[in-house]
Amino acid sequence: MARFRTPLAVVRGLGSAREGTEHFWRQRLTAVANVPLVLFFVGLMVALNGASHAQVVATLANPFVTIVMLLALASMLYHMKLGMQVVIEDYVHSEPLRTILIMLNIFFPLVAGLVSAFALLKISFGG
Amino acid sequence: MVQLTLPKNSQIRDGKVWPKPEGAANLREYKVYRWSPDDEENPRVDTYYVDADDCGPMILDALVWIKNKIDPTLTFRRSCREGICGSCSMNIDGTNTLACTKGADEVSGAVKVYPLPHMPVVKDLVPDLTVPYAQLSSIQPWLQTVSPEPAKEWEQSREDRAKLDGLYECILCFCCQTSCPSYWWNGERYLGPAVLLQAYRWLIDSRDENTGERLDNLEDPFRLYRCHTIMNCTQACPKGLNPAKAIAEIKKMMVERRV
Repeated sequence: MARFRTPLAVVRGLGSAREGTEHFWRQRLTAVANVPLVLFFVGLMVALNGASHAQVVATLANPFVTIVMLLALASMLYHMKLGMQVVIEDYVHSEPLRTILIMLNIFFPLVAGLVSAFALLKISFGG
Repeated sequence: MVQLTLPKNSQIRDGKVWPKPEGAANLREYKVYRWSPDDEENPRVDTYYVDADDCGPMILDALVWIKNKIDPTLTFRRSCREGICGSCSMNIDGTNTLACTKGADEVSGAVKVYPLPHMPVVKDLVPDLTVPYAQLSSIQPWLQTVSPEPAKEWEQSREDRAKLDGLYECILCFCCQTSCPSYWWNGERYLGPAVLLQAYRWLIDSRDENTGERLDNLEDPFRLYRCHTIMNCTQACPKGLNPAKAIAEIKKMMVERRV
């Protein structure tokens, strides 16, 4: 089949998608945001090492901690989604499988993010 | 998925060990990839012994010596023998480079010579470069202007001309292109380092008037953004150029025109 197409026809393919820069930019943006947010997150984990349940709940209920944790969640999960998408595009070549994985890669961070945010807010609002 | 193992009929077997030349005091061992489309055989690695005292210093000299004195069926591309034509690009001692500018003394032990990786093989050390050539023509590597043609030449300041240094020297040997894992996995959709370096050469040419259209044509998750700055390209380039930097500059232009 491909034998009868000119090499240029194969290479030009479906044309340029005219996108990708937004993905590239957002990956850098979340990477920069992740520097302080991940440091805070790791610092918090270390600080809470060995703390009682009540202490952990009290710390997470602090409005400052809740807000920074929500920001960290959003930035890290979005960054993870962008990175995972690149991995899928790199290595998965079969068309239906790639589309399914890219869909799952959108669903997973959304669900994980929503569950985590809900838990944080519940603690923060004293639920 | 990406295929990480070779299909059965592409697995490389041990090949023939050719007799050592008689009366040679200074022998050098070469292990060379062989495959012919004319039989049903698997690829194999033949062992040759080259009389280093009777042969020039470069790997290409040794290949020519083998072809002339031992095995005339050994097939490879070569032309200028001085690193300007880009014909004799191949994988030597695990790195893509030009056989004519790589000295045998730069390699320790047996010299392993393979064709450029991940390209279809035409015969022995000759890869099929049809796709990279088509990719090169897809970026239209020539001056494009809308303004009426000037009476003499398109003028350029010395500073603007200097921006082409480190780009115009590319000889299109595709050592970088075929060293790039992203190009291995998505070779028909990712343009690859050599082609993107050429694209950048025209993007920053002050005389070119089609910069926006050129960027439009490149703005694609696969054509441009498969580059993950792995840097194999820059490491492989036998001319000492930096395709990875050229690609990073294209990405910067992409961001620049929207933020």
